[in-house]
Parts: sequence; C-alpha cells; structure tokens
Amino acid sequence: MARLAAVRDETPTARTLVLDVPDWPGHLAGQHVDVRLTAADGYSTQRSFSIASAPSGDGQVELTVQRVAGGEVSPYLADVFAVDDPVELRGPVGGWFVWRPEDPSPVVLVAGGSGIVPLMAMIRTRAGVGSRVPFRLVYSVRAPEDVIYADELRRRTRDDRGLDVAYVYSRQTPEGWPRPPGRIGLATLAEHGWPPDFAPACFVCGPTAFVETAADILVAQGHEPRRIKTERFGPTGPVASGG
Amino acid sequence: MTVSWSGSAPTEGPGAHASRADEHIDGNALAGSLREVFAVDVTVASGRCVGCGRVDTVAGLVLYTQAPGLVARCPGCDGVVLRLVRGPDRAWLDLRGVTALEIPLRP
Repeated sequence: MARLAAVRDETPTARTLVLDVPDWPGHLAGQHVDVRLTAADGYSTQRSFSIASAPSGDGQVELTVQRVAGGEVSPYLADVFAVDDPVELRGPVGGWFVWRPEDPSPVVLVAGGSGIVPLMAMIRTRAGVGSRVPFRLVYSVRAPEDVIYADELRRRTRDDRGLDVAYVYSRQTPEGWPRPPGRIGLATLAEHGWPPDFAPACFVCGPTAFVETAADILVAQGHEPRRIKTERFGPTGPVASGG
Repeated sequence: MTVSWSGSAPTEGPGAHASRADEHIDGNALAGSLREVFAVDVTVASGRCVGCGRVDTVAGLVLYTQAPGLVARCPGCDGVVLRLVRGPDRAWLDLRGVTALEIPLRP
C-alpha cells in the first residue's frame, strides 16, 4: 500500500506525485509501476506509470502524471488524489527499458511530451551515482510551457558534466527561437544525438506516433535496431500506457 | 521485488472508459502482469514469431490493452503472439504465436 506524501505541479497539466511506499525494494532507472484504482462499486482499472525519481533508499517514489482529457486514471491522480490518500501499487516492474549505470555506452534519450519521465529517472540516476557516461537528451514539446522539469533540466545542463539537452518545439517556440515550430526530424537527431559508430544506447519514450517516428529516424541514421529501446504510452495518454 | 497488489483501494473511483481501438503500446507494459505469473521478468525474454520468424523481445511486442485482457502482436507480421487474461482468482496465458522463449537467467 502506497500513500501520497506530497505533490509538485510541473506544468499546467502535469503533476509529480511523491509516494511513500513501505518496503520499497529500490528500482532501476526506466522501470514503471502499475497503479490500480477501484471504485466504490468494485469496478477496477489499472495503468502503468513510469517512475520519475532515482532510487533513493528512503522509501519514496515519484511518478509524474500528465492529465489526459477523457482519461479514467490520470485525471483522478492529477486532480482528486490528495495527500495521505492510499493507492495500490505493483512494482517496480520492467527490465527492458532500463538504463544501468554499469553500461559504459553513450546514451541518446529522445522524449516526446511526458515521455520525459522515465528518461528523467535515467538523468537523475546518472547524477546520483556520479556517472560520467555522456548523455544527450532531445526533448520534443508542443510549447515552452509544456516542458516538464524545466528548471531542473536547466540546472543539470549547467552542473551535470556530460549532459546535453536540446529542445524541439512542435507548435510554438520561445520568443527569438531560431527555427519555426516543427516535428522532430533527421537533422535534429543527427545534430543532437550520437553517430551510429559510437554505438549509443537509445531510449525513446512518448506517444505512439512520436516513438515510431523517432525510432524510424534512428534506424535510418544507421543505429542498430536492438540498441533502440522504446516505450510507447498510447496516442495521447499519460506515461507508459493509456489514459 | 514487490509484485503483488497490496492495500485497499481509494474510496473515490475513476470515471468512464475512454479508449481507441487502434491504440497500442509496447510489450514493456506486460511486465507487472507477467511478473504475477512467472518468477522472472519475462519482458526481457526473446521469442521467435510463429507467423513470420521474426525474433523480438517480449518488451518489443505491440501490445493492445483494450481487449478483455492483454494481446501482444508481432511488430513484423501483426500476428497474435501472446494473450493474457486475468480473472479474479486465476490467469489464462495463451502463447500461440511464439515457438520458444529464450529467458535470460543469472548464471
């Protein structure tokens, strides 16, 4: 049984939930938890949510939830779920979409919207263990106000050696941005990712269509398909799976 | 590893269903449900598709969650590889679309 300890608003539509989870066994960066909600009439539903935090050892786990209009779980978690409320969790689970600090390969992270969440866990874990593995994050958002963890990313770009962050704005750019808004393309990943001969580990997370586009670009660039790990969360859903 | 459900439910429940028939995600999301059945994380296992012979990890399968249960399809030929249905006190696992699973284990 987990309990909500605190909330942090990240953007107008995304909120971080800090959960107290007794006996949390620790987790790997990129793993998720399944969250189950049950209504008074017994109807029950579950969704997967990526873990946002690095393993901490203090029994706390952070999820960041993007509110999805018409979703049945994310609006509850983002708007109704209150401090001290209990929630059923299962996890941590998933051993595929994970970054392990002992892997020396350079890393390319490609995030679409709230797909940043498990990738942020990787960035935080890298800093937490003092890793010098070079990380490059390409983060696509609709508009500047949709950037989750904006302040932390700004700080880490300055302080975490070997971390580069590039932004792609698909609908609206910040003032004075040198390029018009547009979707992620070959040029962006060629400029801000790693060349295939560096054999980087590639992690792509976002809405299904975004993930497919980004993964296709990485394959076209010459990255080995088995080095490209993806996590889709549905057309517009929250992190990991559906609304 | 905490893999079973624990604790009681929140008192306030979710709203109406909202899903699209063409919605799909990755086999990654099977991890929790399969972990309930197996002693190891089966999403890191790889298997060969019966239909087209393509080898994928379970995490890389195309997963549909709107059916009554979970349906994982081959990204190559769209054939059904795995189906998992969870009842209140049992699960049904149909592995019709995979010839063998190669499961990494600790030496």
